[in-house]
Amino acid sequence: MIPALDRKLLRDLWRVRSMGLAIAVVVASGIALLVASLICFDSLETTRDRYYARNEFGDVFANAKRVPRWVAGSLDELPGVDRADTRVTAGVTLDVPGTSEPVNGRLISLPDSGRPVLNGVTLRSGRWPDPGRAEEAIVNERFAQGHGLELGDQVFAVINGRRQRLEIVGTALSPEYVYAIAGGDLLPDPTRFGVFWMARRHLATAFDMEGGFNDISLSLAEGAAPEPAIAELDRLLEPYGGLGAIPRAQQISHWYLQNEMTGLRGMALLMPMIFLGIAAFLLNVVLRRMVAVQREQIAVLKAIGYSNLRLGLHFTQWAVVVSVLGGILGIALGALMSAAMLNLYMEYFRFPDLIMRWSWGHILAALLACGAASVLGAAAAVKSVVRLPPAEAMRPAAPDTFRVSLLERLGLKRWLTQPLRMVLRNLSRRPARAAMSVIGIAFSASIMVLASAAMDSFEELMQLQFNVVQRQDVTVTFFEPEGRAAFYELASVPGVVEVEPLNGASARLRNGNRNRQVGIQALQPDARLQRVVGADYQPVRFDRTGLILSRKLADVLGVAPGDTLRVEALQGTRPERDMVVSATVDDLMGVSAYMEPEALRRFLSDSATMSGAALGIDPAARDSVYAALKGMPVVAGVALQHAMLESFETFVAENMNNTMAINLLFAMVIAFGVIYNTARISLSERSRELASMRVMGFTRAEIGVVLFGELAILTAAAIPVGLGLGYSMLAGMLAAYETELFRMPLVTEPGTFAWASAAVVVAMGLSAAVVRHKLNRLDLVEVLKTRE
Amino acid sequence: MNGNGSGANGGLAVSMRDVTKVYQMGEVEVHALRGVSVDLEVGGFLVLLGPSGSGKSTLLNILGGLDVPTSGQVLYRGQDLTRADEGELTRYRRRRVGFVFQFYNLIPSLNARENVELVTEISDDPLPAQEALDIVGLADRSSHFPSQMSGGEQQRVAIARAIAKRPDILLCDEPTGALDITTGIQVLEALERVNRDYGATTAIITHNAAIATIADRVVSLADGRISRQHVNETRAAASTIQW
Repeated sequence: MIPALDRKLLRDLWRVRSMGLAIAVVVASGIALLVASLICFDSLETTRDRYYARNEFGDVFANAKRVPRWVAGSLDELPGVDRADTRVTAGVTLDVPGTSEPVNGRLISLPDSGRPVLNGVTLRSGRWPDPGRAEEAIVNERFAQGHGLELGDQVFAVINGRRQRLEIVGTALSPEYVYAIAGGDLLPDPTRFGVFWMARRHLATAFDMEGGFNDISLSLAEGAAPEPAIAELDRLLEPYGGLGAIPRAQQISHWYLQNEMTGLRGMALLMPMIFLGIAAFLLNVVLRRMVAVQREQIAVLKAIGYSNLRLGLHFTQWAVVVSVLGGILGIALGALMSAAMLNLYMEYFRFPDLIMRWSWGHILAALLACGAASVLGAAAAVKSVVRLPPAEAMRPAAPDTFRVSLLERLGLKRWLTQPLRMVLRNLSRRPARAAMSVIGIAFSASIMVLASAAMDSFEELMQLQFNVVQRQDVTVTFFEPEGRAAFYELASVPGVVEVEPLNGASARLRNGNRNRQVGIQALQPDARLQRVVGADYQPVRFDRTGLILSRKLADVLGVAPGDTLRVEALQGTRPERDMVVSATVDDLMGVSAYMEPEALRRFLSDSATMSGAALGIDPAARDSVYAALKGMPVVAGVALQHAMLESFETFVAENMNNTMAINLLFAMVIAFGVIYNTARISLSERSRELASMRVMGFTRAEIGVVLFGELAILTAAAIPVGLGLGYSMLAGMLAAYETELFRMPLVTEPGTFAWASAAVVVAMGLSAAVVRHKLNRLDLVEVLKTRE
Repeated sequence: MNGNGSGANGGLAVSMRDVTKVYQMGEVEVHALRGVSVDLEVGGFLVLLGPSGSGKSTLLNILGGLDVPTSGQVLYRGQDLTRADEGELTRYRRRRVGFVFQFYNLIPSLNARENVELVTEISDDPLPAQEALDIVGLADRSSHFPSQMSGGEQQRVAIARAIAKRPDILLCDEPTGALDITTGIQVLEALERVNRDYGATTAIITHNAAIATIADRVVSLADGRISRQHVNETRAAASTIQW
């Protein structure tokens, strides 16, 4: 037997089911986001941790020019080191049949016997290379898929100017290339970067590394910090051209994965809070109205002996039922969403298998969040129930007190018809509720802005980087710093119309115990292709002496213009000197230090500094230029402007529509939930006066003005607030996501604002259409018979 | 006024013939009106008397174009209201009918004058709002909001609102039902004056038999039928009523 009060609860729930449903959907959206982010985060973390552990992913990584094999023995002795592994690795240019463009490749040695100690390779198809056969290699799976390479197919690596045939005998995955991206790229392009593992003895021969190595990985004992090992390793490698060791946190694949997971965790906190906050507000509005309508019932219940506690619970239960229903729906939706999101992640992050993690903790977190929202939402209504004295409640409520609204007092009165005055006075009588409605609707607009403007900013970054900073068609990097001969060699290639030398040196900048290994770039003040441009789009002016730092680098090192840094070159005779930071530049990709070319040459004692070149080419001669570059022994890597732009466009096409659709859906849920409930409450509060007006001869359209005028004003007020809010949220998000790899400029296209505004207006139209249906069925006779 | 003691000046404003109204209440059929024929003479003052449930509110709603009969005919100046659609009924109410309700039904967010202007803004040839308030004796209360007025004052604002459009027909549903005798008489006096000075055909429904003495004609309803109908030889002044 259900107690009578609970039966009343069920019937109340049923009576206002459409409002309850609208709120439940808002709750469900928030919970879905919460649950999906939590599941994704946990699944990625578990998948990553198990993969790293099983394949012994390193904790510290370093490269050097050439280290004799006997040094390997002392690696184990470094502080905190558990195990060490040495390899021969090389960046090469690949010639893939069917592709005219040179492709960047990385060759990595496999032990001649046994498997790697660290950074284990997971074979996905085929077999391991036969150590006796120089041409056999296994390739990373995505590259094989990207080029449609089958076992037995061949590609060519250009090693020291010789075309070396590589025969694919297997495909593989590696924890080092979960996110397989070539240095300097923003997005992984499976066709532009290939990793090949082959027998060490052949790779060593090809690169003059017999009896030596150039790549070191260390794993640390549990709990050991990487810094002491890094410091000792750098000291150990210094005589052998050490290029500076990095901890796992700076390993590029790991960094991208970590960055994504940090974003997920942010989403798991922020977005559900917005949704549940709005749900709490809506519950508050609906419940307060319910208490107002049920004044007399509450008085009767109190009169016959129900306690304040029981009645307070009665109304809280309504909120709890609505939000728990929404919560359950949200948990189910979140589980589905997480599967879709993880699928998408697996497109970019490659693991041998995905471990989907689903815990009761997620459900508990979701239900607790729902409970908090419902209690928050019910609090004000329950307070008014408790406060209502039984005798007082038996009398009808006093008429609402109104006053002339601010706009009218400002002298606009004579332009306002009576229905418009009704709208304005009603809004100004409950300013807090109007403000909350505005904020609620504004959040929906801001979500739209955020989603779309993040794309705008990313697009702007690409445009700035590839149309303003790097205006070359091709960027070539050399194995070793080269002299003028390389410049002339490039300039003489038919089809190359412009060559700009890129001078630079690898160096470590040190300020106290903070340090970073970066490239110092020397750029000609009159550079036309590769330039140094700040976020203000203006090329940076160089002075003769100082060092210009990326602002982000200055922040990381804790220096400002005027401060002095210790600069240690990591090439040539490895000179060291103190230099003054003369300025910082708001560049957007990577972090660099910049110097005037002559100053750099003096610092490096005249050794060769040309580390690469920027080329302008004749589009008609593209294929012959590519062919020539593939055959040049000095060329270690070739970056193609058009390929980077294409992979960006593919990324946008693949993600833009999904992201926009999902955000549009969420924004609409919020907008509809807020506007629909506002309209329904308004209709309930004013059905009597609207019916009176109908009786007096006002048409449906005319009374519609009173009801929908209010919605239109709230929406119109909310749109600019929402656009501003979205812009600030974007600014906050971009600042939070500012990294050493890239910083996105804060831009929003006018279309983004138009799009967000339009979505909110459509949501208002939908809500109005649904409420209009109810308005048309207003019972004129019934409403007039009784006092409210 | 004409010589036969009736305020009616000839012709029919509304004519109802054999009107029935059946409501379906759940599984029960409620016969609210069972073949009622009533005429409203132009300029006349009619009181419809009857206990609750007698069908008088249904009759008033049909007269006012808020409801349509199940069968029978309702003619307004020859126009058949039973065949009118939603839009035509809205226009009928807007142009021809003024309503006064038991619970006033003022718009709380509008002050007295604005409540009247609500109607004058959508009428073709209205009285100035201030004049309408003057007629009901509330010229000095025009900027008060409903929450600042007594029940009698609110009801007089409602009358001012009803007459401001210069309606052909003024329909009042228990206009004094929620008022004490003093304020009730003020309200009736206002209705009397509007009928006399502006010639609005007036119909009041009430269960208060004392009010019947101020009418030209009294129709009593019981159980959905007309039980009694008579013409007052002389109309009593509202100020003389006792209840």
